[in-house]
Amino acid sequence: MELRYTPEQEAFRKEARAWLAANVPSTPLPSLDTAEGFEAHRQWEKKLHAGGWAMVPWPVEYGGRGADLLEWLIFEEEYYRAGAPGRVNQNGIFLLGPTIMEFGTAEQRARYLPKMASSEEVWAQGWSEPNAGSDMAAIQATARIDGDAFVINGQKTWASRGAYADWLFGMFRTDPDSERHRGLTFILVPLDAAGVTVRPIEQLDGEAGFAEVFLDDVRVPLENQLGERGQGWQVAMATAGFERGLMLRSPARFQNTARKLVELYRETAAAAEPVDPGLRDAVARCWMDAEAYALNTYQTVSRLLSGGKIGAEASLNKIFWSELDVRMHEIALQLLGDRAELLPEAPSARGVGTWLDGFLFSLSGPIYAGTNEVQRNIIAERILGLPRK
Amino acid sequence: MQFGFSEDQRLLQQTVREFLEGECPVAFVRGLWSSETGHSPEFWAKLAAVGVPGLLVPEAHGGLGMDEVDLVLLLEEAGRAALPGPILATATVAPPLIASLGAETLAQRWLPAIADGSAVVAVGHPLSPFVTDANIADLLLLPSGDEIHAVEADSVEAVYQPGNDPSRRLFEVRFEPSAATRVASGEVAQRLTTAAIDRGALGCAAEQLGVGQQLIDLAVRYACQRKQFGVPIGSFQAIKHMLADVAVRVEYARSVVYRAAHSIARDVATRSVDVSAAKVAASDAALAAARTALQVHGALGYTWEQDVHVWMRRAWSLDLAWGRNAWHRARVADAVIDGALPAATFGYAAPGTD
Repeated sequence: MELRYTPEQEAFRKEARAWLAANVPSTPLPSLDTAEGFEAHRQWEKKLHAGGWAMVPWPVEYGGRGADLLEWLIFEEEYYRAGAPGRVNQNGIFLLGPTIMEFGTAEQRARYLPKMASSEEVWAQGWSEPNAGSDMAAIQATARIDGDAFVINGQKTWASRGAYADWLFGMFRTDPDSERHRGLTFILVPLDAAGVTVRPIEQLDGEAGFAEVFLDDVRVPLENQLGERGQGWQVAMATAGFERGLMLRSPARFQNTARKLVELYRETAAAAEPVDPGLRDAVARCWMDAEAYALNTYQTVSRLLSGGKIGAEASLNKIFWSELDVRMHEIALQLLGDRAELLPEAPSARGVGTWLDGFLFSLSGPIYAGTNEVQRNIIAERILGLPRK
Repeated sequence: MQFGFSEDQRLLQQTVREFLEGECPVAFVRGLWSSETGHSPEFWAKLAAVGVPGLLVPEAHGGLGMDEVDLVLLLEEAGRAALPGPILATATVAPPLIASLGAETLAQRWLPAIADGSAVVAVGHPLSPFVTDANIADLLLLPSGDEIHAVEADSVEAVYQPGNDPSRRLFEVRFEPSAATRVASGEVAQRLTTAAIDRGALGCAAEQLGVGQQLIDLAVRYACQRKQFGVPIGSFQAIKHMLADVAVRVEYARSVVYRAAHSIARDVATRSVDVSAAKVAASDAALAAARTALQVHGALGYTWEQDVHVWMRRAWSLDLAWGRNAWHRARVADAVIDGALPAATFGYAAPGTD
């Protein structure tokens, strides 16, 4: 056990910090769930890519930096520290990208990864359907084979980034006689194909963060299949593992929120009005939990670097970070008192509105990427060994 | 940066686990409850043969000269087995404390005896009015004002205070402090006392990991066997979700405890805060596991006969030992919010610190 960084890792941190200091936009970009903000974020991704920082842990040939996962964690720490923009293509770079590296052919890796790294192609998720949410194996959308193409019919919903993205990945039933987890195939679908209709859905914050996607006789070449035909479930589980586990929510995100929460507490406690005495303890606990998440991630990364794999324990992560995120924002709103309900544009908000935005967003955490109740079932059955029935 | 244990460290953990499975089954733990001293010198001698009490004792004094990162996994096993015996004071706190006193005669007299299992050392500290295992101690290291005194067994009066965990016997201890018994004073004593509390609290935290895991394992085993409505109760989501929640808590306490062990072994500036965070996380996890394990066992868990309360009692008593949960929480809050002690954000460097 050695919990100090090597001189090379320190140098890497310095390099990342310097590049970010010189390049991070000085004023926040508009929300990435607006047409204008989406484009602004895509431009930011292109800048990151040109600087060689878009996909730190990916091989150079795919547009990455060829760094290891520890360097990726360091980069993420610096990224949040610098207040850099959200990653508009996170469905691609953090979820689909690693899946293509594991299951894709050489041609697919060369075709999709570089454009993903540069965000020339931004990806949406196509997991849920109206009748397949937590019960994802109830997928009904079909992909019939017709010559050299799949012909896709059905409806996907809650497609994150669906409103403005270029591509969608998801599972479709290729075997019409199949049931549940069998007979599904993982397919990559261009959203500009004929027969695709995207209907944005307004989220709790009033913006179009996700969409319904209607697929009506959409022809997609057979080579857009990722992994084996009929093995879509196995491919999707790997993607979900990346989502719940390591990549999507790196610890710096929560350490950054915890730090801001400590600052907010200090400011509030310094003001004349008395602070609820329980909040001091609550703030310190949030800070401890954000640290715990970081430490756990470093332990996981050390294990992965010595040949380990990420498995069902990704479900432990997902519960921990999503509930911590909600708690931190709830406490912040309690500290803000009467001003907690002000939107960012309110004249007296003086910056507090971002906590409300963050609170609303945090509430989606226990729902997306598999609800926390589904995660608890996974923990109980696959880690603890409790019976399914 | 490498956050993990070596093969040797894991191997030693496995050795100790197997040793405890053989030598320290729950029947043995419960057997000692009704014994006069609550202690088995034979068992302690066997544990010494495996190297546990001597692990932190310097090699020059007959020990293994290893550090807290080596020890932490073994303490976790001690918790899993609900090990009775003075492992916190004698094996975890006393060896570095005695070695740091600068009293060579004392070190030569006691360190080899700790390592070979022939001596038990009890350690008192200002956070508790009680001294654990004072009845079996050959040497007691006790606070008096801002001084530390080393007192042999025949010079103390120990009044037994029966408590809720029959494996951890509490005593009020009286003694006559004198120049002859004084081994540290002033700033040195204060520094050594803080270091002792940090080691004791780390020991509690590590044991709590094992206690929490064992409580989960017991509850899972029971939930798989016990049938109601024609199915194992473990198939119900109400049971699954309770157990999943405590599994999350124990898992996330684990890396915090390991980091604290590393912080003590390397004596880093944030040591005390790292230890307090570990004690809070592990204790909360074990307490939650205790509540859940009892609930899963139902009325059976509420009996004296069923073993689940062996670990419930340990979770409760360790929560109070070496600084109550509230004391450690306040130490973290004071550090993080007021800057009273050094506290670092792991990896992530806050603006202004570079």
